[in-house]
Amino acid sequence: MSLWRTFKVAWEGLTLNKVRSFLTTLGVIIGVAAVIVMMAVSAGAEAEIADQINALGANLIMVMPSFSRAGFGRGMSMGPGRMPGLTYDDIGVIAQNVTGINGVSAERVTNQTIKAGNTTLEDVPVVGTTSGFPQVREYRLAVGRFLTDEDNDRARKIAVLGYDLAQELFGDSSAAIGQAIKIGSVKFTVVGVMAPKGVVGNTDYDGRVYIPITVVFKKFTPARFGGNNVGIIYVSAESKEVMKDVMEQVTKVLVQAHDVDPSSPDFSLMTQDSIIEARASTTATFRNLLAWVAGVSLIVGGIGIMNIMLVSVTERTREIGLRQALGARPRDLQLQFLLEAVMLSLAGGLVGVLAGVGGSYVFNALGTMRTALVPASIPLAFGAAALVGIFFGYYPATRAARLDPIEALRRE
Amino acid sequence: MAEHIIEIRDLTRVYGTGETAVHALRGINLTVEKGEFVAVMGPSGSGKSTLMNILGCLDRPTSGTYVLDGEDVSRLGRNQLAGVRNRKIGFVFQSYNLLPRLTAARNVMLPLLYNSHQRLSDEECYRRAVAVLELVGLGDRIHHKPNQLSGGQQQRVAIARALVNNPSIILADEPTGNLDTKSSHEIMALLQQLHQQGATIVMVTHEPDIGDYAERVLHLLDGQIASDRLNGARRRAI
Repeated sequence: MSLWRTFKVAWEGLTLNKVRSFLTTLGVIIGVAAVIVMMAVSAGAEAEIADQINALGANLIMVMPSFSRAGFGRGMSMGPGRMPGLTYDDIGVIAQNVTGINGVSAERVTNQTIKAGNTTLEDVPVVGTTSGFPQVREYRLAVGRFLTDEDNDRARKIAVLGYDLAQELFGDSSAAIGQAIKIGSVKFTVVGVMAPKGVVGNTDYDGRVYIPITVVFKKFTPARFGGNNVGIIYVSAESKEVMKDVMEQVTKVLVQAHDVDPSSPDFSLMTQDSIIEARASTTATFRNLLAWVAGVSLIVGGIGIMNIMLVSVTERTREIGLRQALGARPRDLQLQFLLEAVMLSLAGGLVGVLAGVGGSYVFNALGTMRTALVPASIPLAFGAAALVGIFFGYYPATRAARLDPIEALRRE
Repeated sequence: MAEHIIEIRDLTRVYGTGETAVHALRGINLTVEKGEFVAVMGPSGSGKSTLMNILGCLDRPTSGTYVLDGEDVSRLGRNQLAGVRNRKIGFVFQSYNLLPRLTAARNVMLPLLYNSHQRLSDEECYRRAVAVLELVGLGDRIHHKPNQLSGGQQQRVAIARALVNNPSIILADEPTGNLDTKSSHEIMALLQQLHQQGATIVMVTHEPDIGDYAERVLHLLDGQIASDRLNGARRRAI
């Protein structure tokens, strides 16, 4: 029998019991949709992480204090009064001695109570920083001005508010300018409000206050607790190409300035790339796990097809016997039942692709979770469904082909 | 000069081996000529069904030869036997064996679809199916499904299906077993009409009055031909 005619016979077989055929494909539909949605979810998670890390600032190098055992050991032999870690002076050292950079800034964060008029906010992150901060973090000002070098030199008691904080305290960004706020027990004047930036990583930029870092040292961090140590130094390189060179220079000048062993310095360098890499390996594990779960559901769907095909072969034993008597060869029957299984799985694959693509879109639109459709997942899932049909249809089809016509015709 | 359609020599069929072996056929010699109408009779267990299965190429003999329409089919493989069944044999079963979801015409078309020697278009298949349905007197039931037809009409559809590929021989296994007397005689009249038009028919039955429609009656007993006689009442003029 020709392929097209066998196809039509197989189609008739499927339409004989539509509800059963649909329920059988449901397993494959769920499997295929799961593969596509899972891949979209993990791709969405990866994109989210990449976005967040890129939002830290372009070509950014982060210098952080590292209190390794070796670092402390070396610290003992340092000059008098020298504590391990990064200091305010390091900002100047980098700015003056390293070439190929756009800007340097630093952070020293302390949590304080803020009062403005009748409003009191507890535990607000107060960020001591320098003039370079907006540049290195790609952070824009909404109104007023940011901190200048002069503000730091003179330790002026001025503050720049995060966007949400300004709204909360004064109702409006412009209204905040020139107002007085109390941070801890110290009075500050608001000189600027930052544009909204949102949450990056674990930091809510819009809920913070930015003041000169020198004021933090003087008013909020007593010398015995690490005095004028900074929490982190940000260096932004001119381009991606000079990143490596800048990192080498920074390491060299800081090793010199701190007088530490180059093999175990008291600081460490990080870039977005190294963070992305670390996070990517976590998400890759996550993604592989999801892919396996989805793949298993596809196999379960295939077993469902095999089960129903075996039932179908048994039910139609007499019909198979008749077809044999009328001249159907074993391979005609094998093809007929194989096509039935493949059509079930392909129909399931098609609906599953639609459901998967639709599902990914809906998740994204509802904001439940970010998804990014992986184009390759569609042919992958569809192809897997077809393979499942062939694989799990082969055994029932072979059984149909091997039936003895005399026995089959005798069956009621 | 007569042309042999069936030529069987020393045919045996043994089921199982050793102590439990069942000898269903013990050396059958039989020649059926073109245009003959043969009834095979005998009690149950006499080997009628086994003989019909072998004649129908659904089963193979344990030993001996079976030449069907000039072709030795006793040693063919499953695929080749399927082709022989399709081209040379038309089956009529006791329980009609129509596919309930297909119309009369679609049921009759089935053997044409499996005919790999003659690739006919769908239109041609349909045309031929309608032609044989008209031949068996069902020209007005072409689009009826089996459950819309009486038993006699269903058996006519089955006979049309047996005829559609122009087979060398029609094998009818208790063709009237499920029918009332009136329908039985109508079906037998139809078979006899086909016989008069030149069809070769071998029919199994256990009803003597049905056997009387044939021109030659074989009696099987214990796997052997006990008697082979021309039916006096309906003796063919040669």
